Amino acid sequence: MIEKSLIVFFTASYPTPEKTVEFMLTSANAGADVIELGIPFSDPVADGKTIQESYVKALRNFRLEQVFEIAKAFRKESETPLVLMSYYNPIFRRGVKAFVEDAYSSGVDAILVVDLPYDEAGEFVELCSDVGVKNVFLAAPNTPEDRLRAIDELSAFIYLISTYGVTGERDRVSELAFEALKRVKGVCRKPVAVGFGVSKAEHVRQLIEAGADGVVVGSAFVRLIKEKGKHATAEIKALTERLKSCLI
Amino acid sequence: MKFGEFGGRFVPEVLIPPLEELEEAYSKFKDDGEFRKKFDYYLRNYAGRPTPLYFAENLSREVGAKIYLKREDLLHGGAHKINNTIGQALLAKFMGKSRIIAETGAGQHGVATAMAAALLGLKAEIYMGSEDYERQKMNVFRMELLGAKVTAVESGSRTLKDAINEALRDWVESFEHTHYLIGSVVGPHPFPTIVRDFQSVIGHETKRQILEIEGRLPDAIVACVGGGSNAMGIFHPFLKDDVRLVGVEAGGKGIHTGKHAASLSAGSKGVLHGMLSYFLQDENGMMLDTHSISAGLDYPGVGPEHAYLKETGRCDYVTASDEEALEAFRILSRLEGIIPALESAHAVAYAIKMAEDLGKDGVVVVNLSGRGDKDIGIVRGG
Repeated sequence: MIEKSLIVFFTASYPTPEKTVEFMLTSANAGADVIELGIPFSDPVADGKTIQESYVKALRNFRLEQVFEIAKAFRKESETPLVLMSYYNPIFRRGVKAFVEDAYSSGVDAILVVDLPYDEAGEFVELCSDVGVKNVFLAAPNTPEDRLRAIDELSAFIYLISTYGVTGERDRVSELAFEALKRVKGVCRKPVAVGFGVSKAEHVRQLIEAGADGVVVGSAFVRLIKEKGKHATAEIKALTERLKSCLI
Repeated sequence: MKFGEFGGRFVPEVLIPPLEELEEAYSKFKDDGEFRKKFDYYLRNYAGRPTPLYFAENLSREVGAKIYLKREDLLHGGAHKINNTIGQALLAKFMGKSRIIAETGAGQHGVATAMAAALLGLKAEIYMGSEDYERQKMNVFRMELLGAKVTAVESGSRTLKDAINEALRDWVESFEHTHYLIGSVVGPHPFPTIVRDFQSVIGHETKRQILEIEGRLPDAIVACVGGGSNAMGIFHPFLKDDVRLVGVEAGGKGIHTGKHAASLSAGSKGVLHGMLSYFLQDENGMMLDTHSISAGLDYPGVGPEHAYLKETGRCDYVTASDEEALEAFRILSRLEGIIPALESAHAVAYAIKMAEDLGKDGVVVVNLSGRGDKDIGIVRGG
């Protein structure tokens, strides 16, 4: 699913569902290889301030259906792979089966559930596989080898978090990320994307050089939307192009 | 480890190794002679255990059944919270951690954590929703006096739930040297089990004491339920006995108003803070703001073992409103000279209701989980 890929994250319905579609398409057309669409949640324990704030704003006028509407509208215009990123409760509340089916029929390729480690994901993985949606699981610098193997088995690609912490822009990529990347690549056969704290062209270059198959950039884009609101389109295009140029 | 379908470990992958480390350490230390000795020593000589089981003579005469109060309000710090914080702080110490973090609502668990940290020479940082921070300034000052750092949390609804979110975010960064000292029977496995075990000293003592005084087990045990640690602590040793166990949730301004915190009585199954349990949530799976006059019950979820005990029918879960709790607060103060925490007053309120049906030979134990000094301002203001 990924190969030297730029994965760009947007918060669904931030600032509006229509704008989210526009931002996603802009980024995909400017070279993003995968779009990750985040479902806003009231209690995002893995997210830093930037994404937290976007969730709070998105939730002011939110229905879960908006996520599927956004996905559908995007899929109509673009073939770029689409990964949904969610906390588990909105999925659980809707009913896992209904959620996965809606995701599939909206053109979603894969689902990553932040707080659903594979040990709790038996039913979810089974339903995804029945319906035809792929799974992406998180790995961390402290994930032991036996767990990495299980994650490798179940994932379309592995989403490796770069550090001990939450999402958000950071000045530099930690040493931990490079060590972890080397170790995970040594154990896993599937491609590995690195995220959390990846926000600058320099980060992207370093990680790809170190063997990452993809990088996930989220907070940097969400911050642009926070700053420019509905007028962020041009900047999203420029940032996507800048980051993408580091991959080629 | 689950309670039926409830509980589990719904956390980001990065927290799995620290949870496994904790589980391993706990299973190693819980039956370790040295650990038990220290824990018992501090419970007895520092916290003030055993607590009395007091026959509330005047209240009993008034309401018609024999009502006993398990006096957790007499513990150091004024609530049952210290049972758990000493246990977990010792565990943190045995694990070689130098720092503990905790969430707090009204501040009772924060204060009990700060005490245990001071006692055992650990650094402590307490997360507190900014709304609670303002409402409970005295407790902020107490925690700081005890050497803890108190951090106001500005995100979300700015109450207990958000304090837990922020503590989890801290733990993801700091787990190598930090233990998350969670304050109730909530969170990912093994926290609900650990907290229950440390709190079950309440139930074990109660059993011994009631057998001594009455020569039989009580007809019912009543405890308030927010996250549910005091209730789990007193219920657990009685689960296999023929004793009615009743958890009283915060009915707030009435279930029909939506302004309450009764997740078992009015919520639905969901996943938050690492556990599958009952939560107050909207149709999109977003957690709702809760209300209770007692900050300690103001949480949209409940411990997974309670969810299980509700499903199996072993325990009953009911509600008491703000008004009923206030009334019970006043009754107990006047009749017995005991000012209960507003949390515990919910249990007193329901015990009074039950007494009529039980008749004068009926025996009810109420877990008086905390004292009410902290609530005087709220009661006077309301």
